Order: sequence, then structure tokens, then C-alpha cells
Amino acid sequence: MASLASNFIGIKSPNPFWLASAPPTDKEYNVRRAFEAGWGGVVWKTLGSEGPPIVNVNGPRYGAIWGADRRLLGLNNIELITDRPLEVNLREIKSVKRDYKDRAMIISLMVPCDEDSWKAILAQIEDTEADGVELNFGCPHGMAERGMGSAVGQVPEYIEMVTRWVKQYSRMPCIVKLTPNITSILPPAEAAHRGGADAVSLINTVKSITNVDLDHFSPFPMIDGKGSHGGYCGPAVKPIALNMVAEIARNRETRGLPISGIGGVTTWRDAAEFLALGAGNVQVCTAAMTYGFKIVQEMISGLSQYLDEKDMALSDLVGRAVPNFVEWQELNLNYVTKARINQDLCISCGRCFAACEDTSHQAIAMSPDRVFTVKDDECVACNLCVNVCPVDDCITMEELPKGAVDLRTGKPVGDYANWTTHPNNPGAVAAE
Amino acid sequence: MTNSPLTPGIVPGRLPAAAYQANFDDHTPPFDAHEARVAADRCYFCHDAPCITACPTSIDIPLFIRQIATGTPEAAAKTIWDQNILGGMCARVCPTETLCEEACVREAAEGKPVEIGLLQRYATDVVMQKGVHPFKRAVPTGLRVAVVGAGPAGLACAHRLAMHGHDVVVLERRAKAGGLNEYGIASYKATNGFAQAEVEWLLKIGGIEIRTGVELGRDVTLAQLTADYDAVFLGIGLAGVNALRAAGEELAGVRNAVDFIAELRQSGDLATLPVGRDVVVIGGGMTAVDAAVQSKLLGAENVTIVYRRGAEKMSASGYEQDHAVKAGVRIIHNAAPVRVLGNGRAEAVEFAYTEDGPNGLTLSSETFTLKADQVFKAIGQTLDGAPDGLPVAGGKIAGPAARVWVGGDCAAGGEDLTVTAVAEGRDAAEAIHRQLMGQQ
Ligand SMILES: Cc1cc2nc3c(=O)[nH]c(=O)nc-3n(C[C@H](O)[C@H](O)[C@H](O)COP(=O)(O)OP(=O)(O)OC[C@H]3O[C@@H](n4cnc5c(N)ncnc54)[C@H](O)[C@@H]3O)c2cc1C
Ligand SMILES: Cc1cc2nc3c(=O)[nH]c(=O)nc-3n(C[C@H](O)[C@H](O)[C@H](O)COP(=O)(O)O)c2cc1C
Ligand code: SF4
Repeated sequence: MASLASNFIGIKSPNPFWLASAPPTDKEYNVRRAFEAGWGGVVWKTLGSEGPPIVNVNGPRYGAIWGADRRLLGLNNIELITDRPLEVNLREIKSVKRDYKDRAMIISLMVPCDEDSWKAILAQIEDTEADGVELNFGCPHGMAERGMGSAVGQVPEYIEMVTRWVKQYSRMPCIVKLTPNITSILPPAEAAHRGGADAVSLINTVKSITNVDLDHFSPFPMIDGKGSHGGYCGPAVKPIALNMVAEIARNRETRGLPISGIGGVTTWRDAAEFLALGAGNVQVCTAAMTYGFKIVQEMISGLSQYLDEKDMALSDLVGRAVPNFVEWQELNLNYVTKARINQDLCISCGRCFAACEDTSHQAIAMSPDRVFTVKDDECVACNLCVNVCPVDDCITMEELPKGAVDLRTGKPVGDYANWTTHPNNPGAVAAE
Repeated sequence: MTNSPLTPGIVPGRLPAAAYQANFDDHTPPFDAHEARVAADRCYFCHDAPCITACPTSIDIPLFIRQIATGTPEAAAKTIWDQNILGGMCARVCPTETLCEEACVREAAEGKPVEIGLLQRYATDVVMQKGVHPFKRAVPTGLRVAVVGAGPAGLACAHRLAMHGHDVVVLERRAKAGGLNEYGIASYKATNGFAQAEVEWLLKIGGIEIRTGVELGRDVTLAQLTADYDAVFLGIGLAGVNALRAAGEELAGVRNAVDFIAELRQSGDLATLPVGRDVVVIGGGMTAVDAAVQSKLLGAENVTIVYRRGAEKMSASGYEQDHAVKAGVRIIHNAAPVRVLGNGRAEAVEFAYTEDGPNGLTLSSETFTLKADQVFKAIGQTLDGAPDGLPVAGGKIAGPAARVWVGGDCAAGGEDLTVTAVAEGRDAAEAIHRQLMGQQ
């Protein structure tokens, strides 16, 4: 079994699976159970300044969307940061860390955007023996209205300023958690980098309304007939998160900045994908909230099996796909594929035909006895038939070898050439 | 083909040659990868899942199903074997309809449980077909344990002991290891020599020596074993068979169902195996069902199971009873044999209807006679050849003695199922290990 031992910015954990700052990491009881189940580390539910704790709503705080069989695909919440007294959290953090020295214990923080507040909280957490801090610049609801959370995360200058304070007043490694509620993830990431962050983590939740109650005409979750926007997470946000992680990983200014990948990690495979796109570890919230702490066991067995099969160490996987994440104009326009339908596997449902005939390129023929075949002279290789086919590997894309004639264009397949040199591109540079 | 289902007497070759292959093939075809993914997706990953509780070996079912769903059947198989080293056989023979699948919350919700047995088979098959054995022995301890009986209980015990680093010698009186997996289970549940393949796979752990043809009581005594070994495990099953206690029981054509099944399981060519035209099976358990169904599959014209109580009292599950009826077997309830009729060989059986009253089961005066050239007795197996000096209660060995542990069918407690035998063998191994390592 491949070792999953992880060292993220000097913080060691037996595996790269951490629980994200959220309800699963809200208190000692949960965190002990999480560590018993096998989680490598936790980011404790975000702490605020000393004083009367935050209050939460007392009606529903979650909304959701589901796939077939009521499988939870996306979760939305209007919960705030911890609503428990600061000193209770600090005592519990210390107590858990004492008993689980091999696990990572990170404290998530969100205090008002002034130097004194940050200086004060950093002093207060100093003696918990925690391994690091995560600055929550991400929460999109409730706290942002008070000038914290994503209100800070949306202004790069603030991110840089607060990160500097933290590095100045604390010896702990500092992770800056970014909000996806911006147009580009790069300015906030660059700001964290300039401020001296040891790492960034992303994504926090995405501003959202999951659904509307059509009897009460209120967004859901509905509190006494009214709803507020919440933060969206779970499998549905994974594609957004993957892209943002990868953008930071390949960006010149932030290249090499460690990343903790968050957003929809549900299985070992999701985790492996985040790692391949540059995350040094991953954090999980919704999957644990959906299935309980035990899912980490499948993540552990799956990731180590994968590494064994590939004969790779964990560190070999991190960033492995980043060099292949390029801009569209760098893609090879002379890479030609055609859809191929495996007649032995085909169950004749006709979904590929409907999809291609109605919404793509009319490139699938249907015989009276329901045999489906691809018309190579029409197929643009869009992949839609592959995506809608209910049978694994029934429709695949076959690459045409160099020199073979593409029946759609009548031209032989040529060497690598991309848009930058394409004759139809008004700004093309002449090919050498 | 010279004979047909209508040929009188007990004769071989009642069916065309090709029919045997078809009749004795896998009665539930395995899942392919896609079917497994679809079936796995139905699991809700319940907390403290009722299926785990219902499994005598407590396999972490939601975890292994999630491992299948995420494309790692290898990890799933390991999860299964961690608890149940004969998970491959159990996937085929467990009455899941009364175990894990009965407990599945989707059975309660929709009457359609997650197909746990087939998923378990899928995962274990994937790894076994690659010939991979994912367990390693601990550093050898130099301690030696004798295991008597190479059935599910003995094999599970031996494997767990070997894993803990002990050296194990398994003594088995039959010619092959496997116990009833090899000599008892219906052949369409474990096709293609699966029982032997599984034994070979299990032995890959190393540290286990199987000596066949050695019988406790005949070739070696318990006293010798306790003197020569650091511990002894007895998993000798139930070698005896209950008698009918009806006149005519000695007539030719009357036979123990388990012997017929053992012969069937060992037959290289089922076309050469004789079976009656009119077969009567007496009993109400899995053995009765298996003898009846397999007689039918061999080409018997009429096969009837006669059980002395009602359908709900049969120890064969409802699913098994349905299976028999679908195969064309007739089941008569509430009747008991009075005598076997015949001149030198069985020709018919006379039954009386029973009445369940305050004095237990009594025979009524209402009788009927069934034509029968072959009669199978399947009214229960009994403990036979248990070493003297061990406590026996209710026909079973009632608990461990000094340096002697017991498990499986021969031991008191638990149902007589393959999976129960595996659980008891494994648990005995853990108890032996704790004792030997002084961790009592
Ligand atoms: C016809 C039939 C069908 C069945 N079908 C099913 C089924 O579908 N599903 C299910 O879960 N269960 C089924 N069972 C029950 C299941 O087979 C048993 O519960 C299980 O095999 C018990 O395992 P065991 O190891 O205790 O005993 P066994 O499998 O009986 O193994 C005991 C072993 O000990 C050996 N032995 C006995 N005495 C001695 C001795 N003195 N010295 C040396 N060796 C000895 C025997 O030869 C044998 O190999 C069936 C049983 C029968 C009879
Ligand atoms: C109910 C809830 C509360 C959350 N609270 C916090 C929080 O206090 N601090 C924080 O940094 N992130 C918080 N998050 C965001 C998560 O840590 C995580 O970034 C997000 O859910 C995406 O990961 P996922 O898809 O695995 O859930 C919260 C998420 C949820 C669902
Ligand atoms: S999960 Fe259900 S029971 Fe638990 S706090 Fe939420 S609403 Fe209440």
C-alpha cells in the first residue's frame, strides 16, 4: 500500500484528507470521532473575536439539490462562523491536539478587519499547540455584511494587509482561504502570496439560491417566509473549484504556492484530481456531512490503490496535470477523432441519435432495426454522444492517425497546429 | 441418450448431453462491471448499517459497496475478506434474503434490497481471477495449532491463525479440503470448481499445511493433538445423519440426501449419475431443497418434498422454497412418512398428515401414498465422532475445553450456515491467538 503520509507546508498528517472548517469540525466530540475514523487533519470551525458569540438562525439553515435516487449533489447553507464561546473552542482544540499529535490541527479565523483584532486573536490561540491557522476570507453570507469573510476576500489589498499582520504576529503557518465569489481567482491568490501566506485554500462556498418555495414565494431555506442567499458546496461545485485551483497552480506569479484543494471532494478520485491539478492536500465538508466520517476510509484505500497501480508516490501526483492545463489557443487543431459505437455493448436506447440529430451535427444514422452508426463525414467529434450514452465505454473516440483523410473535411490529418497559426485567425502569426 | 425422464427406476442419462451443462450452470449469473456500478449506486451508505449487523461475519457492507462505486473493487474485496476470508463462497451460498439483504433499508422501503450478495461476488471475483491474495503473515511465532476439519470453520480459523504468524496443520478425513463447500453446497451455486479454487487461494497466505485422509478418532486422538500442538480447533461439522425411523427405511433406493449430493458434487460427468423417475425427498431444510432441485435438474420426472410441518416452519427460506417450486418441485406440507413400500427396493412411500397439537406433532389417520423409486432422507445432520470428554448439549459441542476450541456446525449456537461457520472459526482463531500470546 502506497504511503499517504502528507507534509503540507511543514504540517504533517498521516493522509492528505482534512476536514474543512465547517460543522464537522465544530467541536471536540466531532473531531475526536473524525480522527478515530481516520481523517488526517481538521480545520476547526471558524473562530471569531472574544465576546458574545455569533447567533445562527433557528429554522432550516440548509438547502439542497439532488440527482437521481435523491443523491445529494449540492448543498447550500446560511450558517455563520462558530456560535460557541471562544474559550470553550480553545480549550477543546488543545485537548484534542494533545491526544492526536500525529494529526493536523488548523484553526480557522475570522475577525474584524483591523490590526488589533487580529493581533488579539493570534495571541489567544497561541497556546493551543495547533499546527497552523487558516484565514477565512470566504464566507459569502452573514459575515460579509459585517465587513468580514468574503467582504475581505473580494478586495485583494485587504487580503494582503491581513495576511501580513498574521505573519507578523504569529509564528504559525498561515493558509489563506479564498472565496470563489469573484471574477478571477488570481488577484486574491496573488495578494495572499504577496502578504506572505504559506498557502492558499479554496474554494469556500459559492453564493447561491438552491430553490424557491412556490407556495410561499420565498427562496429556500425559508425562515418565516423569507430566504437569504447562502453558500453552495458539494459535488456540484467541484468543476468550479478544480478550475480555480488549476489557475493558481499554473499562474506565473503564484506558481509553487501550496494549495489546499476544497470543493465537492466526495471520493478518492475527486481528491486525486485536485492533487493532479496542483493541490498539496484536500479538504472535505459536504461529503462528510452527507455520509458521515467513515467515507475517509474509501478515500484512503482508493487513493493508495491508485498510487500503487501507477507506481507513484503521493508527491509525484501533486501537480502532475498542471503542465497539460493550457489555453484554448494552444490546443492542437489537427487532432482529429471520430465517435465509434461498439455494437456489442449497444443497448439501442437511441439517446446518442436524439442528441446528435437534434442538437449536434446529424452524424449518427439509425437503421429501421435500431442499429446506430456514426457518419464519419458529419462527425465533428464533439463527444456529446459519449456523454449521453448510459453504457460505459459503448461509445468511444478514436483518433485518426496522421495522414488519414478526415471524411468530413476531405483533408488528411496533419501535424500539430493551433489557432495562433490558423489561416482563419485574423491575428495569426505566419507559421515558420 | 438411451433413457428419458420417463424411464422407470434409478438410471443415468435421462437428458440430452447439452442439458446438464445448462441445468447446472451458475443459477444467478454474476454482475459485469457496469451492472455492479449501477447496483452499487443504490446503496445509501447507512450509518451503523443494519446489513452489517445482519451479517454473521459483520462485513462492512456500505464501505465495500462504496469502494465498488468509486471504481476500486480490489479495495472492496479486501474490506470483505478482512472480516470473512470465504467471502467469495458466502457471496454465492448465503441466504442473503434472510441475512444482509433482508436488513437492507431499501428492502423495507421498496421491497428491493441492494443486491449485496452479487456485489460481494463481483468484488471478490475480480481479485481472485487475478490470483491476488492480499494478506501477509505476521512474523512467525513458532507456535503450532492443529485444526480438525477443513470446512469453512476450519479454513477461516487456519487463515486467521496463519495471518497472526502461527503454524497451522489442518487434519481432514476426506480426500479434499472445503467441507460442505466441496461436498454439500448445491452445484449451481458454486460452479467451475470454485470451492477448490478458493481453498487454493486461501492457502496462498502460507503457513498452513492440509493433511487429507486423516480422521480424528481413527488416526489420531484429541489427547495426542493437545500434547503435540499449542492449541487445537475442532470444526468437524455434522458428520452423522438422522434416521427416518419408518418401516422400509433399509430398502434399496432409500438414501441420505447428503450422500447423494456429495456424489453429485464429485461427479465428473453428471450424465453418468443415476437418478429416480419418481423422487421423494423427506425434510424441510436447505439439504431437502438442494436434493430435490438437483434431482429435477438431472431429469427426474416427478420430484416431491414432503415436510412434516407448515411452510413457515421450513428452515429453507421462502426464497429457497420458491426456487424449488420454480424448478418444478412439488412441496407437500404437514405430512410425515409412515413406511416405505416395496419389494426389495423402494416403490412408494406412505405418508400420514400431521396435526400440531398440545402434545406436539401427531399423525392423523388421513394417509396418502406417493410413487417413489428413489427416496432421499434430509431430516437433519447430527454430531458424529466428537472426541470423548467434551461437553455436549443439544446434540452439539457445548463450548471450549482446555486448549481446545470449537466452531461451525459442530458447535452449539448460531445457525448452521457457511457464513456462521466462518465467523466462529475466525473468532476462535482470535481467542487462540490472544491466549497463546498471553493477552487473555
Ligand atoms: C446439502 C447442504 C446444502 C447446504 N447449503 C447451504 C447454503 O446454500 N448456504 C449456507 O450458508 N449453508 C448451507 N449449508 C450449511 C453449510 O454447508 C454448513 O453450515 C457449513 O459447511 C458448516 O461448516 P463447518 O466447517 O462447520 O462444517 P463442514 O463444512 O461440515 O466441514 C467439516 C469438515 O470436517 C471434516 N471432519 C469431520 N469429522 C472429522 C474427523 N473426525 N476428523 C477429521 N476431519 C473431520 C469433514 O470431512 C469436513 O470436511 C448446506 C448444508 C448442506 C448439508
Ligand atoms: C454549513 C457550512 C458551514 C461552513 N462554515 C464554514 C466556516 O465556518 N468557515 C469556513 O472557512 N468555511 C465554512 N464552510 C465552507 C467549507 O469549509 C468548504 O469550503 C465548502 O463547503 C466546500 O467544500 P465541500 O464541497 O467539501 O463542502 C462551511 C460550509 C458549510 C456547508
Ligand atoms: S440534522 Fe435534523 S435532527 Fe439534527 S439538528 Fe439538523 S434538523 Fe435537527
